[in-house]
Amino acid sequence: MVDPEVVAQELLSGWGRTSATLATVHRPNDLEHIVARVAAPGPRGLVARGLGRSYGDAAQNAGGDVLSCGNLDAVLAIDMEKGTVTVESGVSLDSLLRVLLPLGWFPMVIPGTSYVTVGGAIASDIHGKFRHGSFADYVEQMRVVTPAHGASTFDPDADAEPFWATSGGMGLTGVITDARLKLQPVETSRIVCDTERTHDVDDCMQRMLDGDHDYRYSVAWIDCLARGGHLGRAVLSRGNHAVLDDLPAAERSSAREYAPRTLLGAPPWLPNGLINIASVRAFNEMWFRKAPRTPHRRVEGIKPFFFPLDGVRDWNRVYGSRGFVQYQFVVPFGAEQVVRTALERFSAARIPTFVAVLKRFEHDSRSLIGFPISGWTLALDIPTSPSLAVLLDALDELVVEAGGRVYLTKDARLRPELLGAMYPHLDEWRAARAALDPTNALRSDMDRRLDLSGAGRRTA
Amino acid sequence: MKDALGEVQSVLVLGGTSDIALATARKVVARRGARVVLAARKPEACDAAAAELRAAGASEVDAVAFDGTDFASHESFVNTIFDRFGDFDLVLVSFGVLGDQDRAEQDPAAALEIVQTNFTGTVSVTVPLAARLRAQGHGTLVLLSSVAGERVRRSNFVYGASKAGIDGYYQGLAASLAASGVHVLIVRPGFVHTKMTKEMKAAPLSVSADAVADAIVRGIARGRDIVWVPPAMRYVMAGLRHLPTAVFRRLPV
Ligand SMILES: Cc1cc2nc3c(=O)[nH]c(=O)nc-3n(C[C@H](O)[C@H](O)[C@H](O)COP(=O)(O)OP(=O)(O)OC[C@H]3O[C@@H](n4cnc5c(N)ncnc54)[C@H](O)[C@@H]3O)c2cc1C
Ligand SMILES: NC(=O)c1ccc[n+]([C@@H]2O[C@H](COP(=O)([O-])OP(=O)(O)OC[C@H]3O[C@@H](n4cnc5c(N)ncnc54)[C@H](OP(=O)(O)O)[C@@H]3O)[C@@H](O)[C@H]2O)c1
Repeated sequence: MVDPEVVAQELLSGWGRTSATLATVHRPNDLEHIVARVAAPGPRGLVARGLGRSYGDAAQNAGGDVLSCGNLDAVLAIDMEKGTVTVESGVSLDSLLRVLLPLGWFPMVIPGTSYVTVGGAIASDIHGKFRHGSFADYVEQMRVVTPAHGASTFDPDADAEPFWATSGGMGLTGVITDARLKLQPVETSRIVCDTERTHDVDDCMQRMLDGDHDYRYSVAWIDCLARGGHLGRAVLSRGNHAVLDDLPAAERSSAREYAPRTLLGAPPWLPNGLINIASVRAFNEMWFRKAPRTPHRRVEGIKPFFFPLDGVRDWNRVYGSRGFVQYQFVVPFGAEQVVRTALERFSAARIPTFVAVLKRFEHDSRSLIGFPISGWTLALDIPTSPSLAVLLDALDELVVEAGGRVYLTKDARLRPELLGAMYPHLDEWRAARAALDPTNALRSDMDRRLDLSGAGRRTA
Repeated sequence: MKDALGEVQSVLVLGGTSDIALATARKVVARRGARVVLAARKPEACDAAAAELRAAGASEVDAVAFDGTDFASHESFVNTIFDRFGDFDLVLVSFGVLGDQDRAEQDPAAALEIVQTNFTGTVSVTVPLAARLRAQGHGTLVLLSSVAGERVRRSNFVYGASKAGIDGYYQGLAASLAASGVHVLIVRPGFVHTKMTKEMKAAPLSVSADAVADAIVRGIARGRDIVWVPPAMRYVMAGLRHLPTAVFRRLPV
């Protein structure tokens, strides 16, 4: 007998804790539940949700149904020869790493937090500090329940259209139930990490261009409050997977151990205004000073290197009840000026923002509305304030002019009119989406706000 | 949908000719080209306002017939509007009459008009409105209340009582909608220069409709429960509220 799925009315918001809306949340336990739900959507449609780490309103559906995929948490198969793992879509990267690392395998792409699901990672075609591909590039096959075809298996080449519409498709083509991922072999669960301070943003970019090829992973943390000559001073952190010989002899027997603990939780209630220009300036100063003055090499764990914020549970609460947005854009190489201008404007507006993240992509996402294109991507968290709309709307214009785009999975405030200019394959995606969901059963608040699907239901 | 910074995309105005509501609507349409539906007793009187809203950035403006005292029509009015236009991110409930206090003290019909517009009619249309907002799971519902309801004064107690009543109703409604995704904002302005008050001598701390609009826009973005305009009114009224009756009655208010 099939367990009854758990159903509840819940207020949902994204990681930025803005624009919460009410939905009927279902926690399907298996494929049958999902097929049944997708076949008989309610009047306000449905959308899948993973761990809610997208910042805005992508994984919520006001007045409708949300399929929260956390119970689909099985690792189905590991092929030690081919280096692949087949998992259900609700498996988090955290649990995946705990299973894979001791066996000597590692995902090709991991983001800045381990608390995302495989379903969410595919639906946003996420990227990490690895520059040559995004998550869906290493998905060999996925099963998706779509309104048009029920449970179907998509191959990236044979079923290119539905596959690349679903990857990066923000849940609007169907519900991903499982996927087979290509892995990379690793000898240890450590990273050999080189850290250096850079004087300003130009220095930082130059060092990345000159030296990134020696590293599999590269990221720069920029102090957005630094001004003038120090505009964009940064800590550059780059690394490669450590091999056994990189570890001290004593650590070699536990080389692939991975069992990090979540440390502290932020208190559930924190006052607004805790994040202000003074507290953030102090933090950023500390962050910068903590990095060694001269280039420095050390062996680090996976978690401090990839997921520095995962040590504090619910850290998003420090922004108070008003929440925050993350602004992330990418511009092609050659448009470095947009990155500089953005940093100048944030610094001039004295917006209290913690370190921003600067990365390079050397690939274009194959997803029809995927984010990565070759170029520079800058991401920063900003507490909400009404004046922010003006600042970000103006930056959007620069990004569009430069042939760039903002990242949908981080977005909570973009002007819908700019979508087409940012995502040149939008119409193709819409056509592919409509073929998978001809009755518009799949809906999210993000779709209502941006009219991503072009179904003109911003309002319903 | 309302975005993370409080920008809305669709607005319904009950009392589509209200100066305060139109000043507010002009501000909220500016950045995201919102669609506006003006509901008024005489929709044809909305043409000029509609043109102004379009000039301010509104993508579409429609005017529809609505009478706050035609109670029997309210449920089907609300359902028709939502079925026709879809979700509303923002609903401004701004119809109301000031009435003539002297007449209202003599003539039951005059008193009833004030109460039936500001209280009964507002309750009557709010019941189906709240149900539709609850069903859509999001949205902001703004009531134009008044400082007049905070401590009802001799000089306008029929109006003041009607505002006290509706303010109390909305406080309760806000609590009942607390976990529904619907945000209720109660606005308590003091004296505002609009066509409602044009015959009157301006009271101290008087403000423009624009100032009220700014406060409403901020209140929406901040998710506030109550805004006073000007903010100092909150303390003035708190003072008045706690005055002993004997003293209060001697005040020229
Ligand atoms: C601290 C932090 C750091 C981050 N760093 C990065 C980074 O470095 N790179 C990067 O690319 N992103 C990054 N992100 C964003 C995050 O990786 C994406 O938003 C990701 O999609 C979140 O996954 P989730 O499981 O929480 O999905 P949710 O947020 O729950 O959902 C995101 C989208 O995926 C859809 N979805 C979820 N599950 C399914 C499913 N089973 N089937 C179909 N659709 C589904 C939802 O409908 C929604 O549209 C970061 C986020 C945080 C909070
Ligand atoms: N102005 C102030 O000093 C002040 C202070 C505090 C609170 N308020 C409140 O703010 C709200 C808006 O007022 P305002 O200043 O903008 O004044 P306003 O311009 O006169 O607006 C009030 C509107 O209510 C409409 N209305 C009256 N009776 C109605 C009915 N039965 N059905 C439908 N609509 C009806 C009127 O429309 P038509 O006559 O065109 O049909 C009028 O446009 C009111 O609730 C008012 O009480 C005003």
